[in-house]
Amino acid sequence: MALPDLFSDYTLRTVALGAAALGTTSGALGSFAVLRKQSLLGDAISHAALPGIALAFLLTGSKAPLVLLLGAAAAGWLGTLLVMRIVGSTRVREDSALGIVLAVFFGFGLVLLTWIQKLPDAAQAGLDRYLFGQAATLLHRDVVQIAVLGAAALAATALLWKEFKLLAFDPEFGASMGFSMRRVDVLLTSVLVLAIVIGLQTVGVVLMSAMVVAPAAAARQWTDRMGRMVVLAGFFGALAGVAGAVLSSTTERLPTGPTIVLCLTALVIFSLLLAPERGIVWGWFRDRRNRRRLHTQAVLADLYALARQHPGQVHGHSVATLETLHPGARHELAELESRGWARRMDGDDWAITAEGESEEERRRGGEEA
Amino acid sequence: MTGFSPEVEIQWIAAVTAAACALPGVFLVLRRMALMSDAISHSILLGIVLAFFVTENLASPLLIAAAAATGVLTVSLVELLNRTRRVREDAAIGLVFPALFSMGVILISRYAGNVHLDVDAVLLGELAFAPFNRLEVGGTDLGPRTLWVMAGILLLNAAFLAAFYKELKLTTFDAALAGALGFAPGLVHYAFMTLVSVTAVGAFDAVGSILVVALMIGPPAAAYLLTDRLPRMILLSAAIGVASALAGYWMSYFLDVSIAGSMATMTGVAFGLVFLLAPERGMVAIARRRARQRWEFAQAMLAIHLLNHEASPEEGAENRESHLHAHLRWSEDFAATVVRRAEGRGLIERSGDRLALTERGRATAREVVGA
Repeated sequence: MALPDLFSDYTLRTVALGAAALGTTSGALGSFAVLRKQSLLGDAISHAALPGIALAFLLTGSKAPLVLLLGAAAAGWLGTLLVMRIVGSTRVREDSALGIVLAVFFGFGLVLLTWIQKLPDAAQAGLDRYLFGQAATLLHRDVVQIAVLGAAALAATALLWKEFKLLAFDPEFGASMGFSMRRVDVLLTSVLVLAIVIGLQTVGVVLMSAMVVAPAAAARQWTDRMGRMVVLAGFFGALAGVAGAVLSSTTERLPTGPTIVLCLTALVIFSLLLAPERGIVWGWFRDRRNRRRLHTQAVLADLYALARQHPGQVHGHSVATLETLHPGARHELAELESRGWARRMDGDDWAITAEGESEEERRRGGEEA
Repeated sequence: MTGFSPEVEIQWIAAVTAAACALPGVFLVLRRMALMSDAISHSILLGIVLAFFVTENLASPLLIAAAAATGVLTVSLVELLNRTRRVREDAAIGLVFPALFSMGVILISRYAGNVHLDVDAVLLGELAFAPFNRLEVGGTDLGPRTLWVMAGILLLNAAFLAAFYKELKLTTFDAALAGALGFAPGLVHYAFMTLVSVTAVGAFDAVGSILVVALMIGPPAAAYLLTDRLPRMILLSAAIGVASALAGYWMSYFLDVSIAGSMATMTGVAFGLVFLLAPERGMVAIARRRARQRWEFAQAMLAIHLLNHEASPEEGAENRESHLHAHLRWSEDFAATVVRRAEGRGLIERSGDRLALTERGRATAREVVGA
């Protein structure tokens, strides 16, 4: 499809705007979850939301996204509180508590969905799109809702920025400053729940957790500053959201949630490999350069020591000798020559230059200091 | 098994699957790797889809092998990401399995549109159809295929646990010591994760990938609150799993709803009951213990107070029930209850308003103050 379609095609624009809004919100809020080592809390919240969606429909008979969204938020919130309660008052660890809440809530959600399917008016059609999400079903008013709720979540984060940051990095210090860290925790969790449920219609409960983890994990590679990380994660979330939603809306049989997740995965891999400073590729080059420098220095030191044994005369030493002292010396000599620290005498004999000597002396001096 | 009705066969499958999941689940819970079951049960979808494209046969054993390989791939990818030290383990899990699962879902929806392999069935399972898929050897009907597969996996798990019990136990509770003794924790870890993957594949065919998590984590977590002994925890997990599975089946039977969902719900109910009612570690037991300690503490306070003023000039004024409010800041009701309980335990004697320690009360007070 051509890019101009994005601006002229009404449906496509709606879908892209919705995906951008939810990607920004979940990406930004996900930063806190990832920094607090709670990446999988999002998984539990989104799965736990399913029975809330079904119950909201059963109680109200309405399929309006806002109603279902409120049900989802209530269930997701309850699930999180249960996890906190189980971890706080028993020896069951957080991973098990998350697993239980996730699977049991989701299972109960299935029970309710199959119960709804038996209802005579068959108005249930459409609830199962919450499993994998369907961006194409986004309407203009859905997008407005996503944008308003997302903006509320982001505004709350901006307002409580200092408190959330304290909670993420040093809750004990926060408590000693007189902040009620428990209350801040509940607040942050509530905002996270909000950020997750607004994405359920588009991305689905099964994969929504990736919207929380991946943008933040990618953004983390680019910066060490919290503020920048949150903004960048929001941007990555929006980017992948729009790309995935547009791709899936314009391609037959391409489910939205999985497509967005794969776009996010590509972003994460790119960031892991190529982000400045932290990128794995740069780290690899750095290692190689350091290793190389150590080898070059060793050969220079050998040449220096040999020259010391024959004071007052310039005397070549064969590559064979140097190889015995330092296997692989052959390859380092060219590097030394290019820096002007060694020169070829005749044939395969090499000697240290004056520059090489002063370099080696400088280095030794540096080592002693 | 041939003479049984489908209802009975489904219950057999449910029970065997629950037991097969509970065995590795115990070690997942103890090793704090519960969410690896979530990751594996999702990502094996990719292996199943790829193998299906090759064999075009859902019954092929290659599917199990490929899915198990994807499970191990998931574990290795998580460790690889973790080892770059750029992503923490929880985030690594959260990155790997959605990616692999998404590939599986997209492959299914793009290229497998007209075959019997749809995402809902994989995700949610369809136990109700399991009895229609029979295992026949030489024209003889031996029963549902899923039952045989799960029974095989249950035996495999039991055999692995029996053969490597010592290694598993040591690497779980003291990985450093296990390494020092030459037990190769890494090897045990990967062998165990392969087992988890195989179990997840088999179970997921029957009950769906989400329920696998419920059956692997719920019963062991409940058993963990009931006992401190590993062998007992394994047996209890299997028992709780089987009970939840059967209760879930009957719930779905009477309400006519998803079997897998009902089984997961019942696992939650079982955990909830244990969470509330477990002796020692349950919420009720904890609340009762706290209440008892509160009364015992108050009685000890009373005894010390009486001992302090015993045989002193102010004894007549201090050692009275009506004075406790002023001295110990107790409300009248509370003081009355403490006095009644202390009297019941033979710590004090009361004559009108006057309180006096018994020999036993004196001994208790002295013991508490350490005199």
